[in-house]
Amino acid sequence: MLVLSGIVIIVAGFLLRFNPLLVVLVSAVATGLAAGIGPLDLLAAFGKAFNDSRYVTVIYMVLPVIGLLERHGLQERARTLIAGLKGFTVGRLLLGYLAFRQITAALGLVSVAGHAQTVRPLVAPMAEAAAQQQSGEEDRDEEAAAMAAATDNIGLFFGEDIFIAIGSILLMKGVLEGYGISIEPLHLSVWAIPTAIAAFLIHGLRLWLFDRRKSRR
Amino acid sequence: MIGLNLVYPFAGLIFLAFAASALRDRSNPKRFGNAGFYALIALSLVAGDHLGDLGNGVLVLGLVAIAGLGLMGRGAAASTSPEQRSEEAGRRRNRLFVPALIIPVTALAGTLAFKQMPTAIDPKQATLVALSLGVVLALGTALLWFRPRPMTAFDEGRRLMDGVGWAAVLPQMLASLGAVFALAGVGEVVGGLVGAMIPQGSLIGAVLAYTLGMALFTIVMGNAFAAFPVMVAAVGIPLLIRGAGGDPAIVAAIGMLAGFCGTLMTPMAANFNLVPAALLDLKDRNGVIRAQIPTALPLLAVNIALLYWLAFR
Repeated sequence: MLVLSGIVIIVAGFLLRFNPLLVVLVSAVATGLAAGIGPLDLLAAFGKAFNDSRYVTVIYMVLPVIGLLERHGLQERARTLIAGLKGFTVGRLLLGYLAFRQITAALGLVSVAGHAQTVRPLVAPMAEAAAQQQSGEEDRDEEAAAMAAATDNIGLFFGEDIFIAIGSILLMKGVLEGYGISIEPLHLSVWAIPTAIAAFLIHGLRLWLFDRRKSRR
Repeated sequence: MIGLNLVYPFAGLIFLAFAASALRDRSNPKRFGNAGFYALIALSLVAGDHLGDLGNGVLVLGLVAIAGLGLMGRGAAASTSPEQRSEEAGRRRNRLFVPALIIPVTALAGTLAFKQMPTAIDPKQATLVALSLGVVLALGTALLWFRPRPMTAFDEGRRLMDGVGWAAVLPQMLASLGAVFALAGVGEVVGGLVGAMIPQGSLIGAVLAYTLGMALFTIVMGNAFAAFPVMVAAVGIPLLIRGAGGDPAIVAAIGMLAGFCGTLMTPMAANFNLVPAALLDLKDRNGVIRAQIPTALPLLAVNIALLYWLAFR
C-alpha cells in the first residue's frame, strides 16, 4: 500500500500548484523508497525511461519555421483568409478539422497534424478569427483557440485506434497474448469504430452549439 | 539505416540553437536558466545513448533543478509588430501558407514513401524521419524566401519555446514516472483494490469498475497505456473475459478508449493538454482540458454502454 504514496503526492502536488517537474521527481523518489529500490537504481531507472521517451520532445524542431513564418505575418494572413470567406464559421472550420484529423489518424497518419504543426500556425488563428467575426468581439477569443486544440486531441484519440499498426493496438495485442489470448489487430481496430462515430457526433454537436453561441452574441 | 540516429541529433542541434539564442536574449532576466535548460535537452537528444542510465538520471536532476528553483523566464517578445505583420501578410498573401504546409505534406508523403524503403529508412520511424525532412525543406524554403539573419529563425523558434518552458519535458518526466511505478508494482496494488471493490457476480459492476478504473487510473497516470495492463489484469481478464465470457477484442478495444476519455481530462497528459495551452498562449493553463471535459464525459458513458451491450452476446 505504501507504494501508492507516489499517486497521493502527484495529486496533491498538482492541486497545490508546485512545479510539476519537481512533483514528478518527488513522487518517483517516494514510490521507489516505498518499494525498496535503492537511490542509485532509482535514478538509473528514471534516466533510462527518460532517454527512451525522447521522441515526444522531437516535435519542437518545427518551431523555428513556425516562428519565422509568424514573424512574416502567417497568423494575420490566416485571419484575413477566413474573414474573406462568406459563410465560414468557427463551428464549420473545426468540424471539418475534426473529420480530417479522425480520418488521417485512422489511416495511421498521426503526425501529419498536431498542436505545433497545424493548430498553432493555422487552425487556432483561423478559429479565433471566425469566432471574433461571429461575436463581433475585439479581444482575442481564447475559448476558440482552446476548442481548436481540444478538437485536435479528440480527432487524434478517436481516430488512431482504427489503424491496425498504432501503438495502442500493439499494446493490447501484446497484453492479451500474455494471458494466452491471441487476437488479430484488425479485430481490435474494428471495435474502435463505434466509439469513433460517437466521438464525432458528440464533439460535432458541441461544435455546433459553440458556433451558435458565438453567432448569437 | 536512417532512423532515430539522425532524427534525435537534428532535433538536438535545434535545441542547441535555442540555447544560444536564449543566452543572447538580454530582455529575459533569467536567460541563463533558459539557456541551461535547452542545452541539457540538446545534450540528451544528441548524446543520450552515450550517457548511460545514471548519466541520464543526473541530466534529469539538472532539468528539475532549473525548473524547480524557478530559474526560467520569458523575455520581451522582440519580434515584428502587429502592424508590420499585417502589412507583410497583405503583401505576401497566401504564399505564406506554402512553407507551413510543406511540413504536413512532406510528413504525409514521406511516411507513405519511406515505408516502401525498409533498407534505407527504419520503417518504424518513417513518420519522424519524414517530419524531420519536412522541417528541413520548410526551413530551407523560408530562409531562401525571407533571407533573414542567421539567428532570426532560431530566435523566433526560441520565443515560442520560452512560451512552453519547462512543460516541454513534462511528458518525458511522466513517462519515466510510469516506469518507476511499474518497477514498484503500483499497478498491481491499484488493480487489487479495484478488484476487491466489485460486488460478487455483478456484470454491470465489473463493467463499471473496468471502464471507470481505466479512465481514473489514466487521469492519475496521464497515459492510458499505463492503465491498460493493470485494469486488464485486475478486472478485464478474471471477471469480464473469463468470468462473464466477454469478447476479448471488444473488452480490450473499448477499455482502451475509455482510458482515452480520461486522457482528455487530466493535466498529467501534459503533451496533449498543458503544452498546447502554453503553445497557444492561453491565460488559463487548463483551458484545453476545460474545452474537452464536456466531450469526454458523455463519450465515457457511451463506451460503458457499448461494452455492456456488445461484448456479452
